[in-house]
Amino acid sequence: METLSPNAAANESVTPAPQKKRGRGAWKTILQQKYLYLMSVPFIIWLFVFNYLPLMGWTMAFQNYKPAKGSYLEFSEQKWVGLENFIKLFQDDRFYLVLRNTLAMSVMGIIAGFVIPIAFAIFLNELKGKFFKRTVQTVSYLPHFVSWVVVAGIVTKMLSIEGGVVNDILMGLGFINEPIQFMAKGEWFWGIVTASDVWKETGWNAIIYLAAIAGIDKELYEAARVDGAGRFRQMWNITLPGIRTTISVLLIMSIGHLIGIGFEKQFQLSNSLVTDYSEVLDLYALEYGIKISRFSYGTAISIFTSVVSILLLLTANGVMKKLTKESIM
Amino acid sequence: MAGNTFNATRSEKIFDICNAVIMLLIMVVTLYPFLNVLAISLNDSQDTVRGGIYIWPRELTWENYQTIFGYTGLIQGFKITILRTISGTLLGLVSASMLAYVLSRPDFKSRKFFSVFLALTMYFSGGLVPIYMLMRDLNLIGTFWIYILPGIVSAFNVFVIRSFIDNLPYALQESAKLDGANDFTIYWRVILPLCKPVLATIALFLAVGQWNAWFDTYLYNGSKPHLTTLQYELMKVLQSTNQGARMTNANDMANQMAQVSPESIKMAITIVVTIPILLVYPFLQRYFVSGMTLGAVKA
Repeated sequence: METLSPNAAANESVTPAPQKKRGRGAWKTILQQKYLYLMSVPFIIWLFVFNYLPLMGWTMAFQNYKPAKGSYLEFSEQKWVGLENFIKLFQDDRFYLVLRNTLAMSVMGIIAGFVIPIAFAIFLNELKGKFFKRTVQTVSYLPHFVSWVVVAGIVTKMLSIEGGVVNDILMGLGFINEPIQFMAKGEWFWGIVTASDVWKETGWNAIIYLAAIAGIDKELYEAARVDGAGRFRQMWNITLPGIRTTISVLLIMSIGHLIGIGFEKQFQLSNSLVTDYSEVLDLYALEYGIKISRFSYGTAISIFTSVVSILLLLTANGVMKKLTKESIM
Repeated sequence: MAGNTFNATRSEKIFDICNAVIMLLIMVVTLYPFLNVLAISLNDSQDTVRGGIYIWPRELTWENYQTIFGYTGLIQGFKITILRTISGTLLGLVSASMLAYVLSRPDFKSRKFFSVFLALTMYFSGGLVPIYMLMRDLNLIGTFWIYILPGIVSAFNVFVIRSFIDNLPYALQESAKLDGANDFTIYWRVILPLCKPVLATIALFLAVGQWNAWFDTYLYNGSKPHLTTLQYELMKVLQSTNQGARMTNANDMANQMAQVSPESIKMAITIVVTIPILLVYPFLQRYFVSGMTLGAVKA
């Protein structure tokens, strides 16, 4: 996290901080830097309240939490039940179904969400014509700025059986004889979520790769051309290795999100006909934790998600470190 | 030898043409849904039912737009959404830039501790239920403030701005200091004006996030019509006639709309909700591309 401070030495001359006695010296520097503290401490308190305090709520998972007895910040009143909530969770068949959905959609999402933006960036980089390239790029960002509510509306429209363009094209080409009810069939759901995500985020995710590609030494391509390497050769042997670091860092981060994939797209795209395929861990927590007020059970689900995420992140980081000497920590 | 080079240039040409065609196809796939939605929204609602509208309205009319602006829910959603977008963006900018400046100061005593404290929030979350209970205990449920307060400090935004400040020449701050400026004046007079490009990026991220938010309305303020937001209204309308829609207790507005032509009306609302952001983003492209790159290097 630490950044370079190129002028750290020069800076000493600006604020000479003679620290003779530790206690008094510390107060003195705080006074000297009072504006810096005034500008940061309120936000640090903010972070504590909105990001760290909820962690204390994890105690709810080990209690039979009743909201009537006060908030979790004063948890002495509640009845402690040990691991009972976790045992119930691991005995619930629904939990395994939800876990399967979560893992399936996130693995599909990671594969498609990596391969396609990287390929898009590499091919876009090879595109001739500056104006054309810029236009493609601008258009590709567009869906990123649209909410999942809108995307779900659009996807539903495109896949509908009444005038949806996908069914129209499939029928026109003679692949099918009657329209497919994509949104009503559970088997299609994972694919629809993945495809919608690709449609929405490919252009945006390619930004980082395009920036990394722009940083590759142009002379490498010159040399390769002189040696008679074709375009695919250049992509494979120069561009891809050139963005390897970027790819590994992003891959580690996304493996950390493997089971905390969020729920916006699943929530918006699903309907009661496909819940066996669409429900993910967060939605399960929402359904059981808040809607029917089983707060302790819902918290247990969230803890499971967080702990597995962090373990996955650390594992991915370790494995990548061994394999490619890249890591984020 | 000569034949070889000829083949090389020829295959290069074929490659370029194929590549251009693929990119054109990608543009069509990206743009077509928007054009389709726009065409349907501009088409006569009775006529839309016949189907076959692609990128051009068959019977052009503004009626659908006139209809939707008659609904109070949508007008209220507009007001609240604009209010939350403006205030959330401003507060987010102030907090992120102040923290970024303080954390960029190499001489700041608590820099290391504050940086780690901030960075850790990117890797964990208390989870849905504990956060919900906290909001309840803070009495934020059912208020406008729940849209703004929880998200004021974002670690990612702070680190993007900080890497930008780190690249500014430190001598500027030094000379201001010699002129007798205090740390706040340096932040306000020296750093902020130089940070305009990165602030534009962060403002876009914040504004898009606020404009597109729907889950907080759904979870906390779903039963408060005066705190409704655009995305939430759109969600209700879109799901009102969908098969097996989640919202069985669709409100009056959704019912009214279902009676009129659903399709054209739905698409008109979609356009109204989407267009403001689509008008803004191309002009900020230069900024957010560099902002994303800074963020990636940092995170």
